[in-house]
Amino acid sequence: MPDLSIDFCGVRSPNPFWLASGPPTNTAYQIMKAFDAGWGGAVWKTIGDPIVNTASRYGSIDYKHERMIGFNNIELISDRSIETNLREIAEVKKRFPRHTVVASLMVESKRQTWHDLVRRTQDVGADLFELNFGCPHGMSERGMGAAVGQVPEYTTLITGWVKEAAKIPVIVKLTPNVTDVAHMAWAAKQGGADAVSLVNTFNSLVAVDLDTFAPRPNVGGYGSHGGYCGPAVKPIALHMVSSVAKHPKVGIPISGIGGIGNWQDAVEFMLLGSTSVQVCTAAMHYGFRIVEDMIAGLSQYLEQKGLASPMDLVGKSVDRIRDWGDLDLNYKIIARIDESKCIGCNLCYIACEDGAHQCIAAAERPAGDLRHGALAKHVPRILEDECVGCNLCALVCPVPDCIMMVDVTNGRKPMNWRTLQQARGKNPQCSVEELLSRGAGTGD
Amino acid sequence: MHTGPKLSAEQLEENFADINPPLTPSMALEEASRCLFCYDAPCIKACPTRIDVPQFIRQIVTKNLVGSAQTILSANVLGHSCGRVCPTSVLCEGACVLNVEGKKPVEIGRLQRYSVDHVLGRGIPVLKPSGDNGRRVALIGAGPASLACAAELRQMGYATVIFDAKPAPGGLNTYGIAAYKMRAAEALREIEMIRQLGVEIRCSVNVGTDIPLAQLERGYDAIFIGVGLGGTENLGIPGEELHGCRDALSFIEDTKISSLAEVQVGRRIAVIGGGNTAIDVVTAARRLGAETVYMIYRRSREEMTAFDYEYELAVADGVSFVWQAMPVRILGDAQNRVYAIECVRTQMQAGNGSGRAFPEPIAGSEFQLEVDMVVKALGQKSLQFLRSIPGLGLEPGRVVVNAESMQTGNPRYFAGGDCVNGGAEVVDAVAHGKRAAQGIHSALEASRKGVAHA
Repeated sequence: MPDLSIDFCGVRSPNPFWLASGPPTNTAYQIMKAFDAGWGGAVWKTIGDPIVNTASRYGSIDYKHERMIGFNNIELISDRSIETNLREIAEVKKRFPRHTVVASLMVESKRQTWHDLVRRTQDVGADLFELNFGCPHGMSERGMGAAVGQVPEYTTLITGWVKEAAKIPVIVKLTPNVTDVAHMAWAAKQGGADAVSLVNTFNSLVAVDLDTFAPRPNVGGYGSHGGYCGPAVKPIALHMVSSVAKHPKVGIPISGIGGIGNWQDAVEFMLLGSTSVQVCTAAMHYGFRIVEDMIAGLSQYLEQKGLASPMDLVGKSVDRIRDWGDLDLNYKIIARIDESKCIGCNLCYIACEDGAHQCIAAAERPAGDLRHGALAKHVPRILEDECVGCNLCALVCPVPDCIMMVDVTNGRKPMNWRTLQQARGKNPQCSVEELLSRGAGTGD
Repeated sequence: MHTGPKLSAEQLEENFADINPPLTPSMALEEASRCLFCYDAPCIKACPTRIDVPQFIRQIVTKNLVGSAQTILSANVLGHSCGRVCPTSVLCEGACVLNVEGKKPVEIGRLQRYSVDHVLGRGIPVLKPSGDNGRRVALIGAGPASLACAAELRQMGYATVIFDAKPAPGGLNTYGIAAYKMRAAEALREIEMIRQLGVEIRCSVNVGTDIPLAQLERGYDAIFIGVGLGGTENLGIPGEELHGCRDALSFIEDTKISSLAEVQVGRRIAVIGGGNTAIDVVTAARRLGAETVYMIYRRSREEMTAFDYEYELAVADGVSFVWQAMPVRILGDAQNRVYAIECVRTQMQAGNGSGRAFPEPIAGSEFQLEVDMVVKALGQKSLQFLRSIPGLGLEPGRVVVNAESMQTGNPRYFAGGDCVNGGAEVVDAVAHGKRAAQGIHSALEASRKGVAHA
């Protein structure tokens, strides 16, 4: 079995799977149980002045009969005293010295207050700090959390205060509720951050009850915006992680967060630049045991890819993310239906016809039932000359590998939008099609 | 007849419990979520009434159950019954594309029941009558075809009166469906919804005797014939008159109108026939406590007309099948009670020309089965009553109609259901009734506008 350990800012962690700061990391009891289950690290539920929470606190969205594909909370930071949390951190580190304990901190924006908490926390043995500049609800109304993380200057300033006192590495947790999260990562680095973690939750109003008109979660008939996470946010989080990884002036480790629930999600975050990954919603849904398959799946994947360490995955796909203008306009694929696999649902037809480019034909199905003989199979037909290669039919097709996108590039030399624009400038008399058919280098 | 087995009331209720119990909301959501929402879906095309199945299932997912029921009932006013009794495995579910992938089809029938139960159970009116258009249609027979035709006509503003000879409406839907599929009360509940549309139903009225046809012709602009079929065909063998020899439909009817404990059943029973009705009898007999039930069919298992799932049901109920045998005579004791049935083995003879091969007795292969009850399930004869209508157009066993309009040879008369197709499903009768309503409407509109109508 490959060694899954990672190096995060010089801290060795048994594996890249950490529990994110949240309800699963509220107590030593939970974190020790999680470490027993196999988690490599845990970010303690944010420590600060204890708060009082509401009931209820969570809301979710379901898709058909799938529960909690998106999850929302209005819970605040730890409701337990700083002393209790610090005592329990010490207990955990004593029992699990090799596991990674990250202390998440949030206090009022005063230099001395931050210095005090930083010193007290590192003295009990935490491995890393994570500064919660991202909580989008409740705490931000009090000038903390996202109220800091949404202003680059505050982020730089307060990170700087922490670094003045910190002897262990400092991660800044970024809020996604900004225009450009990579700029905020840069701001954190300006303040001396050793790493960033992202994303925190998205501003959200998860649902409104159609009978009572009250929002969910419902607190005595009222609600408040909360933080959204879970499987539904993963693509947005992946984009944000990749934008930080690609930012030329950031260049510090990333702990990826946002909808991760299994080893495949984790690998995607790592390929786009995360060194560790953090999980919360999936653990809230299914418990700590999900880590077993995360470990087994990642090990199996690394072996299959012939890689010695998960560190080899970190950032491997970052260079594959390009500006749209760099993509080859001469790369051509079209859809092809495997008639032997087609079940005749016509979803590809109607998706293409109403929702895309009218490149699939389907004859009307005759009426008939099994009392009167076998039902004729009904396979739509791709109009190959019309097909623009958009993928929609393959995406809606319910049968695996029934619709494949096949390469019909036809030997044309690559040409992207940038090179096309240059060629157009030099050859105003030529049509776009002529320029594309000649490929890059046209007119040089 | 010998006094048959007596099971406890609890045991009988258990034996006749709903074969396809209702879905819970959670089960319905999960099952509905399996529907792919096909475009130009084959389940719609396989439904004789063209229910927009993907649409009503999607409406279950979006928790619009009233809309879902509306989608169903606007296409099939007997959607409540059909959700329970349709042979879905050869109709909508048989056509479900998931079958092609080797998956279990969406349970369309049970989902349909889920939606319709929601509105029927709460008395939510889904269909609405139109304002009266001043025209009247009489319907003979209160079975599925007439009910569907009348409901459709009411929604177009026609006054409709259904006449039925039986004390309760519904025809075979009330009297002839296996009790474990649907109890009579369920059929009547659905008819109540149709009544609430303003459809008038007069029971215990024999058209032709209690009301002369001429009176109907004078009082109504058109007449729909939905009389179904007549009595069970006879075996034409000695002993048919013995006590303990009866026909399938009256036996099934007993299980529907009496309490199950009161239904007379033998200990050892022979049922003659290989259709779905024969299955209804053998399963009912076993569930009533009969110890041995023979199903005697003159052809082979492969040739029986019962649906596969019906056959499987009989297998599961422990029925003994006697293939390729036909009854020769029924033997009675001194009190004229059935005590045995004598059969003869058959072999298939090639039909003349393109005809179906037919079974011939094998001389000398006679054998006897000791039974105390014989039930004939040989199909039904057509009703003599139909001959009293001038110019109707009759073929052996059925009324001839224009397939588009369901108009008969007599332009005042339209027909549908078993009397036209010779006996099929409830859903086929509903499709006929709907089509006939359109046919009646077109014909009356045409005559109102003074257009000559063929």
